[in-house]
Amino acid sequence: MLIRYLSQIGKYFLMWKEIFSKQTKWSVMKGLIFKEIDDLIVGSLGIVAFISFFVGGVVAIQTALNLSNPLIPKYIIGFATKQSVILEFAPTFISIVMAGKMGSFITSSIGSMRVTEQIDALEVMGVNSLNYLVFPKLIAVLLYPFLIGISMFLGILGGYMASVYGGFASSSDFIDGIQREFVPFHIAYAFIKTFIFGLLLASIPSFHGYYMKGGALEVGKASTVAFVWTSVTIILVNYILTQLLLTK
Amino acid sequence: MIEVRNLEKSFGETKILKGVSAVFETGKTNLIIGQSGSGKTVLLKSLLGIHSPEVGTISFDGRIYSELSSEEKRELRTEIGMLFQGSALFDSMTVAENVGFPLKMFTNDDGNKIQKRVDFALKRVNLLDSNNKLPSEISGGMQKRVAIARAIVNNPKYLFCDEPNSGLDPNTATLIDNLIKEITEEYNITTVLNTHDMNSVMEIGEKIIFLKNGLKEWEGTKEEIFRTDNVAIVEFVYSSNLFKKVREAYLRG
Repeated sequence: MLIRYLSQIGKYFLMWKEIFSKQTKWSVMKGLIFKEIDDLIVGSLGIVAFISFFVGGVVAIQTALNLSNPLIPKYIIGFATKQSVILEFAPTFISIVMAGKMGSFITSSIGSMRVTEQIDALEVMGVNSLNYLVFPKLIAVLLYPFLIGISMFLGILGGYMASVYGGFASSSDFIDGIQREFVPFHIAYAFIKTFIFGLLLASIPSFHGYYMKGGALEVGKASTVAFVWTSVTIILVNYILTQLLLTK
Repeated sequence: MIEVRNLEKSFGETKILKGVSAVFETGKTNLIIGQSGSGKTVLLKSLLGIHSPEVGTISFDGRIYSELSSEEKRELRTEIGMLFQGSALFDSMTVAENVGFPLKMFTNDDGNKIQKRVDFALKRVNLLDSNNKLPSEISGGMQKRVAIARAIVNNPKYLFCDEPNSGLDPNTATLIDNLIKEITEEYNITTVLNTHDMNSVMEIGEKIIFLKNGLKEWEGTKEEIFRTDNVAIVEFVYSSNLFKKVREAYLRG
């Protein structure tokens, strides 16, 4: 069992090496990259915006409802919402959601190509199929921090709307909370995490799709396995990065 | 010409190819036939470089595949056209984009030149009206023809076909068979076709290799099939009454 896991991990890193060997012609690759940006990033904007706005609102309401002591200032609602959204919700929670949305799309699309011999067709033609299929995804997810930036903004906006229009805090209190004890490094920490999560989001599902064996049923299984492993890896890497970047 | 010498390939404990040697001649339709599990798909995929045999050599006009560098192998693959059993068309691309794909990848031709070549290949397979359709919008027979057009668009030296008739009605199957034979002669390419369809054997089999249990059991032409007394091939080919009668009629003259 352990040997099987280790061999899979080894195969995953060898895949990275293969992705960067024998590059596809730039004139072809350019089009593939734009298509992946459209599928993976632009196509995720709606769901990310929706989830971010409403979860930001829920975080603000939960914080407000738990502040039973009248001595605790109201700006804490804005402060807690900002901290939760920037440090964990936007980079980590959205990445887990994206492991399902983006990850299953990647695994099933590559897996279907494997089942229908399209990957064999690429290889027989002399195309480096890993470079052709996975490299544009890796480039597209370089824009993933942009998606998370939008998520941060909408999460805080959702919190603001819920607090102000729900009567939990005044506009000035909430904005005061957002501005208080602002640590610029927290933004850097969030985007470093996001960048790494983006690479995991593109590469782990690609690995499971590319190396899957079997038919249509196995494509579904591979998507599920890819989601589980991407989520587990994101959670583990999140822990390691938080230890490395935030603790003294 | 493709020459295979003493090819052996196993999956786990199971030995699929047990020392196959064969010569696939240029300008001819070379057929690999045999029952399911006889090793014909493994042999074809070994020729394509999808499977790596443990023992033996495959040489393409004198170039021994296992001795080539990665770059030379990729170069050689650009000389290969392949017709997959399920066509393997890229479902996100239109018919014209599928056919033009090898040109876009491996030539520096501009759009107009590629379009002309695509039109030529599609015309050759009688499919000029479907340029902008997606593979999902055309029939199985048309998909096979698009796959043939894609396989020949880059002027390949070698054409491989994996059960080109599977899932097709008899008319379309004959059309595909004849198209493959015509293209082979027209462009003088080495065509290797893997099938268990006896109609294909009788229609286009210029050189036939019969595999049984991972070994070459018999080799000959379609005319020789009628006269052979090899028990294995007689059992395989003449399992149907129709072919038995065809053989009897042939032998009676």
